[in-house]
Amino acid sequence: MAITYEPISTTTLSSAAATVTFSSISGSYTDLVLVMSAFGSVSGADIRVQVNSDTASNYSLTRLVGYTTAFSNRASNATYWQITNSVGIGSSSSDPTADVIQFMNYSNTTTNKTILVRHNQPQSSLMETAAQVGLYRSTSAITSITFSLSSGNYSSGSTFTLYGIKAA
Amino acid sequence: MPILGIIASSLPAAAGDFESIATVTVGSGGAANVEFTSIPGTYTHLQIRLISSNTGANNQSSTLIFNSDTGSNYSYHRLYGTGSGTGADAAANASGILVAVETNTSSTFGASIIDVLDYKNTDKYKTVRSLTGWENNSDGRLFFLSGNWRSTSAITSIKITPQTNNFAQYSHFALYGCKSA
Repeated sequence: MAITYEPISTTTLSSAAATVTFSSISGSYTDLVLVMSAFGSVSGADIRVQVNSDTASNYSLTRLVGYTTAFSNRASNATYWQITNSVGIGSSSSDPTADVIQFMNYSNTTTNKTILVRHNQPQSSLMETAAQVGLYRSTSAITSITFSLSSGNYSSGSTFTLYGIKAA
Repeated sequence: MPILGIIASSLPAAAGDFESIATVTVGSGGAANVEFTSIPGTYTHLQIRLISSNTGANNQSSTLIFNSDTGSNYSYHRLYGTGSGTGADAAANASGILVAVETNTSSTFGASIIDVLDYKNTDKYKTVRSLTGWENNSDGRLFFLSGNWRSTSAITSIKITPQTNNFAQYSHFALYGCKSA
């Protein structure tokens, strides 16, 4: 019998890595869900997400953030989605990020791609929580997803799990 | 033209606790609304995952109603970000719940994930939550929502309607059921 919501791939870092990439993603699902629990070698580095190895200015993002106060900001014509905001990634296993990224209708070839993000980041005594909506201005199906940092590496013990959801 | 969700009876039953029930993709000409009917009572919670675009206007909301109830039996709160500011709004005795938002930018769709909890329970009112937003590279909106339907009836149908104009072609609505032990 068909399974509706299933894991596609999991990466658990056993050593530091500058990037984590899911490639050759099957187009047999409707949505993708990426669950990330990670920390880095450089405290405060920003988490960056790109798809299909596209480094052009095709990304935009609107954020609603709860930090020491609530605020909203956005980025246009970006070369990646930056899902961290006031505080970057933690550098300790005590401060892993908790992110869930929904790639909606990722495999169709008629629409630009929209993502919904829930981001949570402890950083020492501070905590940031955010919700975000992002756009990738391409009608290409998403076949790869790459995570990087503005500086440093993802540390050993960071986990990235990709799920696929099928529709009827 | 409204579009009815087609129950996935032609597909083999999905294994696991999260199952696809029905899917609608809006065709050329758009759709005035999308409705899922004859929702089976075999799950504990429902989730609707959708992308939607509006045929005529930017920054539009879409309204959800249950069981064709158009009475003033709904309420909701929304927390939102505009990219430059934050806000919140609410409505009591509303005729529906604003669960999704859309842009009209070509080829660009808002996205929404809507959870309907304990939808078949007949002892309490029904509660909904949603994460929804749109981005078009010039502007964007992001909403958290919670809503309530003041009825103890089991939910057997869900209709989603844009406040103005129609859903554009390629808008896509998928209904899932989540089982419990």
